[in-house]
Amino acid sequence: MSKEAIPSRVLALGATSAIAEATLRLFAERGASFFLVARNADKLNAVAADLRTRGASSVATHVMDLDDTSAHPAMLAAAAENLGTIELALLAHGVLGDQQQAEAGYPVAEAILGTNFMAPVSLITWLANYFEASHQGTLAVISSVAGDRGRKSNYVYGASKGALNIFLDGVRNRIDRAGVHVLTIKPGFVATPMTAHLPQNALFAQPAKVALGIFNAIRKRKDVVYVPAFWALIMLMIRLVPRRIFKKLNL
Amino acid sequence: MARSSARPRFESWGRYPTLQADVVPLSWTSDFPPPKLPATRLLPVGAGRSYGDVCLLENGTLLHTRGIDRLLAFDPETGVLRCEAGVTLAEILDFAVPRGFFLPVTPGTKYVTVGGAIANDIHGKNHHLAGTFAHHVQRFELVRSDGTRLLCSPAENQEWFAATIGGMGLTGLITWADVRLRPIVSRSIDYVGEKFVGIDEFLDLARKATAEYTVAWIDCVSTGKNFARGIFMQGEHSREPDKLGKSKEPWLTFPIDLPAFALNHFSMSAFNTAYYHKQLPKVKRAKVDYEPFFYPLDSVLHWNRMYGKKGLLQFQNVIPHEGGREGMVEILKAITRSGLASFLAVIKFFGDVPSLGMMSFPQPGIMLALDFPIRPEVSFDLLDRLARITLEYGGRMYSAKDARMTAEQYQSFYPQWREFERFIDPSFDSAFWQRVTGRRPLDE
Repeated sequence: MSKEAIPSRVLALGATSAIAEATLRLFAERGASFFLVARNADKLNAVAADLRTRGASSVATHVMDLDDTSAHPAMLAAAAENLGTIELALLAHGVLGDQQQAEAGYPVAEAILGTNFMAPVSLITWLANYFEASHQGTLAVISSVAGDRGRKSNYVYGASKGALNIFLDGVRNRIDRAGVHVLTIKPGFVATPMTAHLPQNALFAQPAKVALGIFNAIRKRKDVVYVPAFWALIMLMIRLVPRRIFKKLNL
Repeated sequence: MARSSARPRFESWGRYPTLQADVVPLSWTSDFPPPKLPATRLLPVGAGRSYGDVCLLENGTLLHTRGIDRLLAFDPETGVLRCEAGVTLAEILDFAVPRGFFLPVTPGTKYVTVGGAIANDIHGKNHHLAGTFAHHVQRFELVRSDGTRLLCSPAENQEWFAATIGGMGLTGLITWADVRLRPIVSRSIDYVGEKFVGIDEFLDLARKATAEYTVAWIDCVSTGKNFARGIFMQGEHSREPDKLGKSKEPWLTFPIDLPAFALNHFSMSAFNTAYYHKQLPKVKRAKVDYEPFFYPLDSVLHWNRMYGKKGLLQFQNVIPHEGGREGMVEILKAITRSGLASFLAVIKFFGDVPSLGMMSFPQPGIMLALDFPIRPEVSFDLLDRLARITLEYGGRMYSAKDARMTAEQYQSFYPQWREFERFIDPSFDSAFWQRVTGRRPLDE
């Protein structure tokens, strides 16, 4: 792919997430083909209908729980078969989880790590090999600003995303030389069903705005993108706070 | 469905009143009803672009529909678009215009949702030919709080169809609708603006008008020889094929709440005079883009901040043609005498197409709409006087624009309200409905 080419065969994992859906619309308007994967058939069908109406060339759907890593290879092979070539894989499934419950007992923490880290590792392992072998492709993974530094309010979620960031750094280092673009996406606060219970303030961005940032980062083959962009500055400041002070803060 | 912990205050576009409520964002048509209904009363709210309290509910739960915004199907043969209720008219235009289609009816802002357009049975500059928005809605789904899902159209569940059109969101949640778009070949509007002075010149122009879109701007500040001067505007979709791109995003945002003293008689008078003289010749013809023709204020996001923190009051009424001239003169005199200035007042003839909604506002006659800054000591009195004149001349006022009608006035404007009440969802309510049924007092 040339610099700034827009992928047109798109695999979306967790396609009913608000950020994924808003991003996919931008590709649909440009006539892309899709293979969509999500857990809830009704929601998946609604997303598929929307993408078709907006101009998608074709939309295939696959209902599955992405926590089930044993079913990943068959699903991914079906996606590759259906699309001909996977040009863009967007990984968007994840859970915020309940921090307090995760502190109270390991099984909750394990479930959060399973969904946000282990399942992506399984998917990315397959996809990295696929892209490396085909010497093309964009692997775009939705992580979070929460992965930049552990905070008491959500460090289990943060750890799952931080681990994912490191994993992606390594994968990028390995397959960049094969011509594969690996994009780590770090959204800040986005007004989505995942955050609907939080009090919303001026830092919350609409999914459509975040989607445009992701779309441009894919187009420009960036390595890491903060969306909206001002989060790069916020997280720089957060990372710069000395640990002996940071540990006393209520964050 | 999650609940916010503290109840924030909500305001509509008029910023008056502001009332506390919980908000539940809906993302899917299947999100309502939830397995367990909230303990409070409910009310759907879309973009929150109505002016008064039709989209507010104190200590209630607002079902925010903007997240149900999918385009489900489009047939380019018939122009019928099936979309979810939280889709805005702006989003429909972004989709439709590049495909050679346009909204069948559009109000003066494109930032309203389809659900809101049906629930308030909105109208536009083509009312005299096209009727209201609902005339172009072929069917929609209405979901009641008990989980019943009703397909409503002129042929199925007709009573629910009629009650929900103009039903102010009270009959249940509209989840999706089939809207018939109209074809266009260009973004452009062939525009003709004609200056007039006095109500008789306006009436003459309105009677002779032939264009698809007609509306007049009227100066509600000037008195004496300039009383009721204005510009009569007509437009047609250009028939010359031309580019059909998407609109650009507005880049101008009204940055601050203007202090109350900024809008006074002098600044308004200067504005109205400048607006009148902006057009130099008596008649002006031009090709203009549809954006400034239909949505002159949309290019400035948050223009309501111009009225400051206290907000604005809208007044919109219609008076039947018989007695219409006298009624409108009386109203315009009351407004100019009050010195309560207004930026933009519009006046137009509604057509004879009967509205489909049980509680729809439009009826044949002369329609006037304008806004006032809130000065409780004078503007509340003025609105009350305008409501009384409207009643005297057999007219009615528009619920979606109102924050001050009394229960008595509303019930005289809409005597069918008792019949409508049967269709209200037992879990739904609104601040407006509480007010006009006498359960909620007006602020003094």
